[in-house]
Amino acid sequence: MTDATTQVREIVESTYRSDSRRVLATLVRLLHDFDLAEEALHDAFVAAMECWPVEGVPSNPRTWLVSAGRFKAIDQLRRRATFDNKQSELTYELEQALRRDDSITTDDDIGDDRLRLIFTCCHPALALDAQVALTLRTVGGLTTEEIAHAFLVPAPTLAQRIVRAKNKIRDARIPYEIPEPSELPARLDAVLAVIYLIFSEGYSATFGDAVTRADLCAEAIRLARLLVQLLPEPEAAGLLALMLLHDSRRLTRTTADGEPVLLDDQDRSRWDRALIAEGIALTERALVSRRCGQYTVQAAISAVHSEAATADVTDWAQIVALYDVLMRIQPSPVVELNRAVAVAMSEGEGRGLVLIDALLERDELSGYYLAHSARAALLRRLGRREEAIAAYTAARDLTDGPQRHFLDRSIADLIEGAIPRKMSASRQLRDRIF
Amino acid sequence: MKYLCLIYEDETIWQKMPKSESDRLMGDYGALSDDIKKSGHMLAGEALQPTASATTVRVRNGTTLTTDGPFAETKEQLGGFYLIEAKDLNDAIQVAARIPSAKHGSIEVRPIMTFG
Repeated sequence: MTDATTQVREIVESTYRSDSRRVLATLVRLLHDFDLAEEALHDAFVAAMECWPVEGVPSNPRTWLVSAGRFKAIDQLRRRATFDNKQSELTYELEQALRRDDSITTDDDIGDDRLRLIFTCCHPALALDAQVALTLRTVGGLTTEEIAHAFLVPAPTLAQRIVRAKNKIRDARIPYEIPEPSELPARLDAVLAVIYLIFSEGYSATFGDAVTRADLCAEAIRLARLLVQLLPEPEAAGLLALMLLHDSRRLTRTTADGEPVLLDDQDRSRWDRALIAEGIALTERALVSRRCGQYTVQAAISAVHSEAATADVTDWAQIVALYDVLMRIQPSPVVELNRAVAVAMSEGEGRGLVLIDALLERDELSGYYLAHSARAALLRRLGRREEAIAAYTAARDLTDGPQRHFLDRSIADLIEGAIPRKMSASRQLRDRIF
Repeated sequence: MKYLCLIYEDETIWQKMPKSESDRLMGDYGALSDDIKKSGHMLAGEALQPTASATTVRVRNGTTLTTDGPFAETKEQLGGFYLIEAKDLNDAIQVAARIPSAKHGSIEVRPIMTFG
């Protein structure tokens, strides 16, 4: 292979990495068919590999690829049409449509196409697991194997999920469009939920391959960045901020063995300052819009932690106030539990304990180990050792993995009457949820 | 594209509600039917008699088996339908969301199969 060919090959490969998702998004719009668009994308890059070394790299590779893709799709449809009369009508229509619509695809169109693709993949008429898989596959460009590996499901199962989703998009005619302004808030919520689910899956280091799962976090952040860039909605910025702030603590939140490290015990000098600065700036921007929601408020809570130079100087009163806001916009027992822990830190363990006991009495969180471990931590701090052991035991029986080891050690510490390493399993709670 | 909107609801609520409320609900149905006729969505729509009047028929080994009642016992029963013409699923969902029973029951939106 000559040097020039090698060079062009590298250009094709880097174009694939940077632009293949954009080209795909536009091809889906032009061809109204995910599978055909994926085939056309593949064929377009094969064509680039053949043509570019001879004809030179085009000045706008993306437009070239879209154009090559649509002609490859027509070829493909023509081949199919030989076997099937119905296809030949379709081919004819498509050819006519492509002729009419021969304008150069602008970057604006491409931006809109990517947004269309996101909203289509996250359509609430698709099952949530299918939304996640399809988004990662088509918008994110992960392979089916990578997604299957990250979510710990067999690759054929995941492939089938994607096929089913594509079939539903086609058969039920889920439109390839950006929702009307009146529908946008609800539809945006669905997109944000998918992105956050991808992030949370990667962030909960309870099981699985740590490296792949970190990739999921990176992918979720990348998707959120794209969304913020395409659709400047405050809550999208809020979600991006929340994930950046979480991610800033990635290296310090578990030991080498995967055991959780409490927020108090984390080495704050190793928190990623650049991510924190970006997260805080985004949070502030979303807050001033006054149209923000749960993700922005959660980001603000996380930002308060990030801004505290040490755990002792955390502004807990501010955190309680933010939880009050969160309770108004997104009330849930878990939010209530977090608020109770913040109250304990701000106003004293006794006050927090009363709130947690009331929550458990309502039976909504009695199967949630963090409710019991938070209660245990407060009891321990109040010197109520027997009750603390009982509460830790209840928590331990509800979990497994590294969390269970952690709780076992807390119990052992109490039984031996040893001085706990740090007095704060409640901080584990914060860290895990924030 | 055609979609069938199947209306599922607890059929006993019609007896349970005061007459004023069932009148209002019927009025809402009438208004919706008028609206979606005007907008060109409506192809057909009917309400069904309660499941007590239903008969399920099966043929096994050439023998017709007839049983009383609907095929499946569920909390919500099929109570009626609209057959609509819609641009796409979003358009169909918007029509379905306006069906009065969507507020207490549920609407299943099914695309109609076309055969080449």
